Amino acid sequence: MEERPFNDISYERFLNEEKLMGSRCRKCGALFLPPRPICIKCSGTEMEWVQLKGKGKLGAFTCIAIGPPFMIREGYDRTHPYVSGVVELEEGVKAVARIEGVDGNKPETIKIGTRLEVEFLHRGEGESLTTFLAFKPCAGR
Amino acid sequence: MRGRRKLGRGVAMVGAGMSRFGMFSDKDSKSLFAEAFQEMLSTVDKGLDLRDIDAVYLGNFTNDFFVRQGHWGPIISDLLGLTPRAATRTEGACASSALAFREGVFAIASGFYDIVLVGGVEDMSKRSTEEVTQGLAMAASPYEVRAGFTFPGVFGAIATAYFGKYGATREHLMNVTIKSHNNARLNPKAQFNVSIRDIMNQRIEKAKKKGESIPTWRDEKEFLRDPKVNPVVAWPMHLYDCCPISDGASCVVLVAEEIARDFTDNPLYVVGIGQGSGKALHAKEDLTYFEATRYAAQEAYELSGLGPEDIQIAEVHDCFSIAEIIHIEDLGFFKPGEGYKAVEEGLTRLDGAKPINTSGGLKCKGHPVGATGVGQLVEIWKQLRGEAGERQVPIKDLRIGAAQSLGGTGGTCTVTILERR
Repeated sequence: MEERPFNDISYERFLNEEKLMGSRCRKCGALFLPPRPICIKCSGTEMEWVQLKGKGKLGAFTCIAIGPPFMIREGYDRTHPYVSGVVELEEGVKAVARIEGVDGNKPETIKIGTRLEVEFLHRGEGESLTTFLAFKPCAGR
Repeated sequence: MRGRRKLGRGVAMVGAGMSRFGMFSDKDSKSLFAEAFQEMLSTVDKGLDLRDIDAVYLGNFTNDFFVRQGHWGPIISDLLGLTPRAATRTEGACASSALAFREGVFAIASGFYDIVLVGGVEDMSKRSTEEVTQGLAMAASPYEVRAGFTFPGVFGAIATAYFGKYGATREHLMNVTIKSHNNARLNPKAQFNVSIRDIMNQRIEKAKKKGESIPTWRDEKEFLRDPKVNPVVAWPMHLYDCCPISDGASCVVLVAEEIARDFTDNPLYVVGIGQGSGKALHAKEDLTYFEATRYAAQEAYELSGLGPEDIQIAEVHDCFSIAEIIHIEDLGFFKPGEGYKAVEEGLTRLDGAKPINTSGGLKCKGHPVGATGVGQLVEIWKQLRGEAGERQVPIKDLRIGAAQSLGGTGGTCTVTILERR
């Protein structure tokens, strides 16, 4: 099985490989996303990697008109807001992520509870490859 | 009911001051702190000899980023001529000086020091809005930053969760904004000491002078619904839901209870302090409350033997309008999901049963992040001593006030209760 440490570096490298990976406590079975090295339920320290299906529903969201420089470089601004949200995954954990495939200029059309599926947004190449976790509405609802 | 925590000895506040909050191209952290310090000295009724100050605790979040200079403890102690006495900087994002206050209280309660200066400073306006947004986002979790969240964005998402759970709408948030502006209108230290109505009139006058079409807003809410004057920052957070970028400083002097009356006949006693820490956004069980505030409040209530019903006025950390509603619920003033109704009914107004943010709050007084926690206590000082001027709350026998600070997205929360005896 995977020998990678249960930290953010491993989590982000998995995202580069289009895998959404969390950690599960071998003792009590608690699941964590992003991965935690120590179980906050039972204090267990033996964890194992678990791949999540990447399906869930929208729990909360916002349409951001004034973003940080790295989002502005992607072309977002006051007239082209992007959407970020909290996604409640089928496995019972949550993720914060970009929400794609919705119109940030029409927040009234974005509904809490919308079914979503994972999308991996790759930026850069080779050593400088970074992947942003995103979700989009499921095809055909 | 009192808990198991206690202070080794009593601590009192005998002086409090703040600079004007605002955006000042000609003022730096040192001049702002000097301004706050001079006002603080003028409030110590029987006088304070600088040489008697044992140590300094200074809250500052991120001048490192905003003005490219760190290590502010000794810079401020040198400014005041307090070297070589100890100067310690505390960092807890927007709650940084609330932590300085708590450290000051512990230092005296332990018996180590008798007189300490506690304050905060932040100099934010020398950078672009985008850079400030990026700087403040350093207090969020790395996952939130990666997902594109800004601070208004985090509170925007929290608002959608609150709306979904309790049926509140954007219109309810406007009630918070209108009230904050009405209070700040009466606060000469506030960054925006104007009411929404004043702003509407100013805009109408300006349009008349320029020969432009005259706006026809019927009331404050119609003004706030107008996207031309109140654009989206991070939906549903609009410009008037968000605290501004501010420069400012604040400070108070704390002394051991047994010597308090050497400085004033009217000291305020620190009866409750509490601090909690919180999880990142994705790990919260529910986005509609802050676990860390509830924990800090419980700690402060238990230390003081008081409950939410005993708190007569409070300053809460309204970095965004939705935050004020959540905080007044977390402090136990109103039940979860009832805060927005209390604001709508006017209970939190200056003349209401539970006045909240009489200073105008972060929204209107300004939010120089490192100065905010102690800045809130400066307002409580003025109110409890009956020195708040035009905005003095009309409560008879006003004795007990509280302040609540929140750092990051709820990562650090504090509650402080002050009492006049």
